[in-house]
Amino acid sequence: MTAALLVEQLLNGLQLGVMLFLTAAGLTLVFGVMGLINLAHGSLYMTGAFVCALVAGVTGSFWVGLVAGALAAAAAGALVELTVIRRLYDRDHLDQVLATFALILIFSEGTRWIYGAQPLWLDVPEALSGAVTLPGGARYPLYRLAIILAGLAVALGLHLLIARTRLGMRIRAGESDREMIGALGVDIGRLYTAVFALGAGLAGLAGAMVGALQSVQVGMGEPVLILAFVVIVIGGIGSVTGALVGAVLVGVTDTLGRVFLPMAFAQVMPPAEASGVGSALASVLIYVLMAGVLIWRPQGLFPAP
Amino acid sequence: MSEAAAPAPAPGLSREGWTNLVLLALLGGAGLLFAVLGQTFFVNLASRVAILAMAGVGLNLALGYGGMVSFGHAAFFGLGGYVAGIAAFHAFDRSLFMGWPVEIGGTDAMLAIWPLAMGVSALAALGIGALSLRTSGVYFIMITLAFAQMIYYFAISWPAYGGEDGLSIYVRNSFPGVDVYDPLQFFALCFGALLVALGITSRLTAARFGAALAMARLNETRLATAGIRPFPVRLAAFVISAAITGWAGALFADLNGFVSPTMLSWPMSGELIVFCILGGVGRLCGPVAGAAAFVLLEHFVGGVTERWQLVLGLILLGAVLFARGGIVGAVAGRGRHD
Repeated sequence: MTAALLVEQLLNGLQLGVMLFLTAAGLTLVFGVMGLINLAHGSLYMTGAFVCALVAGVTGSFWVGLVAGALAAAAAGALVELTVIRRLYDRDHLDQVLATFALILIFSEGTRWIYGAQPLWLDVPEALSGAVTLPGGARYPLYRLAIILAGLAVALGLHLLIARTRLGMRIRAGESDREMIGALGVDIGRLYTAVFALGAGLAGLAGAMVGALQSVQVGMGEPVLILAFVVIVIGGIGSVTGALVGAVLVGVTDTLGRVFLPMAFAQVMPPAEASGVGSALASVLIYVLMAGVLIWRPQGLFPAP
Repeated sequence: MSEAAAPAPAPGLSREGWTNLVLLALLGGAGLLFAVLGQTFFVNLASRVAILAMAGVGLNLALGYGGMVSFGHAAFFGLGGYVAGIAAFHAFDRSLFMGWPVEIGGTDAMLAIWPLAMGVSALAALGIGALSLRTSGVYFIMITLAFAQMIYYFAISWPAYGGEDGLSIYVRNSFPGVDVYDPLQFFALCFGALLVALGITSRLTAARFGAALAMARLNETRLATAGIRPFPVRLAAFVISAAITGWAGALFADLNGFVSPTMLSWPMSGELIVFCILGGVGRLCGPVAGAAAFVLLEHFVGGVTERWQLVLGLILLGAVLFARGGIVGAVAGRGRHD
C-alpha cells in the first residue's frame, strides 16, 4: 500500500513539476535573453486555459482547444510584447514590476469581462480518460501520465530548439551579448518578440493542459507564477536546465510534503491536530527548500554564465 | 555625499518641503473637515489613507532610498495585523497565547500591541532580509515575493487563528485617553503614527546612515571603498522598513476590525509598491500622495464601474510608461538622483 501510494504521489509530483517547467521555461528565457522580469506570465497561462476551454466547448474537441490555447497565448504574448514590454527592456526592474503588475490587473479584469465571473470546466479527452495499472499494482489516471510525457517531450524539443536550430543559436547569442548580435545583423526586435511569444505559448500550453484537471478561473495564473519564481530561483535565472531540475524538485517536494507530513505528524499527535500542523508545514516546505538552496548557492543550482 | 545628507526642514523650505507640508495639511484637514460635517464614512476613508500611506512610507525606505525592490512587504503588513488580531483575540476570551514556559495572555492596549507588531515584523524581516540580501536585482524581487507567499500560505493553513476566514477583532484595541470608537480620534491616532513614521524616515535619511544607504543603492563599490560594508546597512534599512509597515498593519487591523490572509497576499505587496511609485519613489511624502490617489481612485472609479481594476491597470501602465517621477515628482520637480 505504502509503496503504491509513494509511486502515485511521486508521479503527481512529477506532473506538477512538468507543468511548472513549462511555465518557468518562458520566464527564465525572457529574463535570460531580455533581462526582463515578467509578472504577467501567469496571465498568459490563464489565457491558454480560457481559450482552450472556450474552443473545446464550441468545437467539441479537446485537441483543437489545446492547440488554440497555446496559439492564443503566444499571440497574446506577441501583442503585449509589441505594445508594452519592448518599452521596458532598458528600464529598471522596478518599472518592469509595476508595468507587468498593471498588465495582470488588465488581463484579469478583461478576462472576467469577456468570460464572466463563473469558472469554466474542461473535460479530460475521451482517449485519455481511463486509468492505467502501474507496475506496483496501483491505478493511475492516464491523463496525468500523458501530461508528464507531453511535458518531457516539450522539454526535449525546447532543448533541441535552443541547441540545434538557428533561432536557438540566436537566443543563446542574445543571452551572452545583446549588442553584438545586433551588430551582426540579427533583427533584435523580432528575436525578442519571438522569444516572448515562445515563452507565452509554453505557458499557454501548460494552462490548457491543467484546465482539464482543475477549474478554469481568473486568478489561476498567479499561484503558478509564484511557484515558477521559486523554481527559477532554485534552478538559476536564465537556465532552462535549471528550470527543469528546479521544477521537478519543487513539484515532488510540494506533493510529497502535502501527503506525508500530516501522516508523519499523525504518528505522534491526535489526527485533527496533525492534519492542521502537517498541512501548515507542508505549505511552507518548498520555501524552506528555496532558502536552503539560497544559503548553499545564492545564484541557484545552475547559474547562468 | 554632502548633498544626500542635506535635510530640507525650515527655515527655508524647499519646493518638495512645501509640497509635503501641503499634502499632510490636506490629509489632516480632510479628516477634520469630514468629522465636523459628520461624514463618518469619509473620516474612516482618511484614516485608511493615513494607514496605507504609513505602510508605503515603510516600504519607501527600502524601495526608494535603499533601492531594494521588495515584493513581499505585505508579509510585514499582515504580520502587524495578525499581532493586533491575535492579541485582541486572547484579550477578548481571556485565554493564553502560550502557557509554557511563561504564561502569555492577550492584550487590548495599543501601546503594547504596536511595539509587539513592530518587533514581530522586524524579526521576520531580519530573517527574510538576511537571506534575500545575499542576492540582488530580480532574485531579490522573486525571493521576497516567495517568502511573503510562504507566510501567506502558512496563515491560510494554520487553523488556530481563523485560517482562510481570518480573525475578527470584536472590540477595537484601546489607547489611553482616546475614545478609539470616535472616528476623528481614531483618525488622529493614525495621522499621528504617520507623522512619526515620516519623522523617523526623515531623520534616518538625513543622517550618516541615510547617506550610506543612498550610496549602497547608487554605487556599492564606492561605499565599500569608504570602509562601510553595504550588507548591514541594507539589512538595517530593510528591518526598519518592515517595522514601520508592521505598525501600519496593526492599525489597519483595528480600523477594519478584522484581519485575514488578504493582508498578507501578493496583490497587497503590489499595492504598496504602487503607492510608492504613483506618489514618487524615494520622496519623503511620495507614499502619502500615492496612497491618497489610490484610495480616491478606488472609491470614485469603483463607484462608477465594477471594472475598476481594469482602469487602475491602465492608469498604472500609463504612469510607468509615460509619466515618471510620480505625483510628488510632477509637483516638486525631479529628485536629486533621478
